[in-house]
Amino acid sequence: MTHVSPQLSRRGFLAGTAGFTLALTLPLGGARAQSAAASGSAPFAPNAFVRIASDDTVTVMIKHLEMGQGPYTGLATLVAEELDADWSQMRAEGAPGNDALYANLLFGAQGTGGSTAMANSYMQMRKAGAAARAMLVEAAAAEWGVPAEEITVSAGKVAHPSGKSSGFGALAATAAGMAVPEDPPVKDPKDFVLIGTDRPKLDSVAKANGTAGFTMDVYREGMLTVVVARAPKFGAKLRSVDDAAALQVKGVEMVREISSGVAVYATGTFAALKGRDALVLEWDESGAETRSSAQMLQDLSDAAKAGGAMVEEAGDAGAIDGAAEVLEAEFRFPYLAHAPMEPLDAVIETKEGKAEMWFGSQFPSFDKPTAAGVLGMKPEDVQINVLLAGGSFGRRAQGSAHLAKEVAEVAKAAGRDGVFKLVWTREDDLQGGYYRPATVHRLRAGIDAEGRIVGWENAVANQSIMAGTPMEGMMQNGLDPTSYEGSNDLPYDVGARRITWARVDSPVPVLWWRSVGHTHTAYAVEVFLDEVLEKAGKDPVQGRLDLMLPEATRQRAVLEKVAEIANWSGRRAEGKGYGVALAKSFGTYVAQILEVEDRNGFPHVTQVWCAVDCGVAVNPNVIRAQMEGGIGYALGTALFNEITLGEGGGVEQHNFDGYRMLRISEMPKVEVAILQSGEDPTGVGEPGVPPLAPALANAWRALTGQTVHQLPFSTLTA
Amino acid sequence: MIKLGVNGKEVTLDLDPETPLLWALRDELRLTGTKFGCGVAQCGACTVMLDGMPRRSCVTPIGSIDGSEVTTIEGMEGPEIEAVQAAWAALDVPQCGWCQSGQVMSATALLQLVSNPTDEDIDNAMNGNVCRCATYVRIRQAIHDAAKTLEG
Repeated sequence: MTHVSPQLSRRGFLAGTAGFTLALTLPLGGARAQSAAASGSAPFAPNAFVRIASDDTVTVMIKHLEMGQGPYTGLATLVAEELDADWSQMRAEGAPGNDALYANLLFGAQGTGGSTAMANSYMQMRKAGAAARAMLVEAAAAEWGVPAEEITVSAGKVAHPSGKSSGFGALAATAAGMAVPEDPPVKDPKDFVLIGTDRPKLDSVAKANGTAGFTMDVYREGMLTVVVARAPKFGAKLRSVDDAAALQVKGVEMVREISSGVAVYATGTFAALKGRDALVLEWDESGAETRSSAQMLQDLSDAAKAGGAMVEEAGDAGAIDGAAEVLEAEFRFPYLAHAPMEPLDAVIETKEGKAEMWFGSQFPSFDKPTAAGVLGMKPEDVQINVLLAGGSFGRRAQGSAHLAKEVAEVAKAAGRDGVFKLVWTREDDLQGGYYRPATVHRLRAGIDAEGRIVGWENAVANQSIMAGTPMEGMMQNGLDPTSYEGSNDLPYDVGARRITWARVDSPVPVLWWRSVGHTHTAYAVEVFLDEVLEKAGKDPVQGRLDLMLPEATRQRAVLEKVAEIANWSGRRAEGKGYGVALAKSFGTYVAQILEVEDRNGFPHVTQVWCAVDCGVAVNPNVIRAQMEGGIGYALGTALFNEITLGEGGGVEQHNFDGYRMLRISEMPKVEVAILQSGEDPTGVGEPGVPPLAPALANAWRALTGQTVHQLPFSTLTA
Repeated sequence: MIKLGVNGKEVTLDLDPETPLLWALRDELRLTGTKFGCGVAQCGACTVMLDGMPRRSCVTPIGSIDGSEVTTIEGMEGPEIEAVQAAWAALDVPQCGWCQSGQVMSATALLQLVSNPTDEDIDNAMNGNVCRCATYVRIRQAIHDAAKTLEG
């Protein structure tokens, strides 16, 4: 990837008795900071990445949503490295919504997704740390009357050979008066002290003692809690509402119609829920999705069979038909809910033509103008405070900004200024749509007499995630790559190729789900490939290595590494099956080997080995955590999860009893190997997910002979 | 009027007796360490101690526990919770963090009953606590580490 280097051109240090703040203006076409305050310390600039206080603490404003994937720690590490800070003095804080300063340099807008937080911030945050360091050195040189070149900085101490030394805090006020270096040099990676080593995460203590502040924990004077009764079927419209009984519930203050349903405002959560239960609602279902998901999967299968837009085409179209042997398979994938542990929620306060919001906003760039539009305000009159999010997995990354829209409508419909906390229940979450699209893959491959693959076809059919949202502009020639990514550009030589995508629309809203298209493409490709290799008489690992294209060096390396740590060639235990799978997603390469047992016809996974190449391993501790977590997230999903629509179109799952989460007794042992790399860092939030389900299927087939063509595995025993 | 002892203090709640303890703790007493995850005792994020035993506060109406002693994560004391929280931080167990108060409460309750739990003990005690980030590998290790700390 290419670095986007920030220009440190604007004078960005503001003096203050308590410390100083470094601001960087990014090359975003003259965009300017707005007047939103960055933090509680109001006098400081809003457009800051680094804040050094007189008590020596260094606070890094984190422009990416912390939802468990680790940017608070990861981005602070980059600053600390170049600042030569001591890790114990580092703090992290969520940056507010501000496109001009906190844009994702790969998106050109503020947002977290596609496992890009580390990739786009790597040089920017290092430069921010380096600039602050240079200014501290200048300040020390001025105060001590010594040449700046003679000054060293190490572990939070600025020192001169004469014996003078100081912490950062004591130099902050002077440093604030120094010129901001235009392009401060950054370290040679061989001089890294913090990058590449384990260190404690900045948010672990607060999350272990209950003091970490999330959206639902926001309480403000006069606040009302709001729940919304939404349509029982996707696309249904409200016909009538009788709120008489709801208004009788103690604590219920108002009931209002908004575009997504009927909002109940109360002095507490329980009163709001009780009030919602007491609503009498009628819905017009004439425009609703009334097909069952079983019917929808059949329709997707038919669409895949009929073909679609060409995604990738190479070689002789008749190669498969002329092959010695032809294999075919169809794979079916259900709708999936993200089910973050903290359901969607948001707090809004309106006051005299302005609004302030507190929530786990993943795309502030969409959320802010959307809320402003609803409220009839200018975007600069809406402030978004980005809080910790209790998980997301894609659920808060809304191109439609539907949550910001809903809470803004709640505030507007109240008809007065006030503070409103919108809360979704677990039932609202699981029944509320924005699912991973249900998908069908139909594959064909041809093998010649020597066992070589001579042709490969994959017809994908599903709903587009981008179409109909502000993301639609990113589609090219009518293609939505997030629908089929991973089915094309394979690292393997599979001869002639035809990859197609059929777009099938539905009123069911869909959204990216941790690793997006790779959630299904890796499964279809890697499970079918395993079957083809078996037919050709090849070992799953060696067969893949033999097919690997010469340029696929990083895929080859992770596959060889995982085979090594799992002792693939030597490990075979009685009653256990082993499977392997490989996927590159979001620029990160992951291979996994999985060991499974058969427990009454259902898989129990005992161990997973994982090799990952994400470029420079900024914090190996976080990388291992994301691989472990991705494995557990993917395993629970592969085993148990599907959102189904019954006859008539109603969602059949209500809560965690029907949409079952992986539990500790089902979590396998996990061993992670991180490949040494000097490549620019890529993300780790999503890439641990894609290889798990196909590795499970391949292990299960090795053990039982049974190929699982429809997920989840629980349909085996249904 | 319902009287409860909460973290060692007596509180009087003028609320619908059907109100789940979870919402009384959060909305009335502003004890926000106890989290809402499902509302139907399927995830354990809302775990508190009720008269010394772990309880799902989301399905416990306050009217059913008049006169009881409630301890939330904010009010927990003693060697077990200290060992658990130290192990949690040392291993960086939390990811998103939302479920972790409940995990810590359940782990502490386990160690109060069983000083040196086996993997099976851990499975039995912790299976009701869902972690969507799947931090389970580290939860298991942290409980073993905390048990070792308590052994001294």
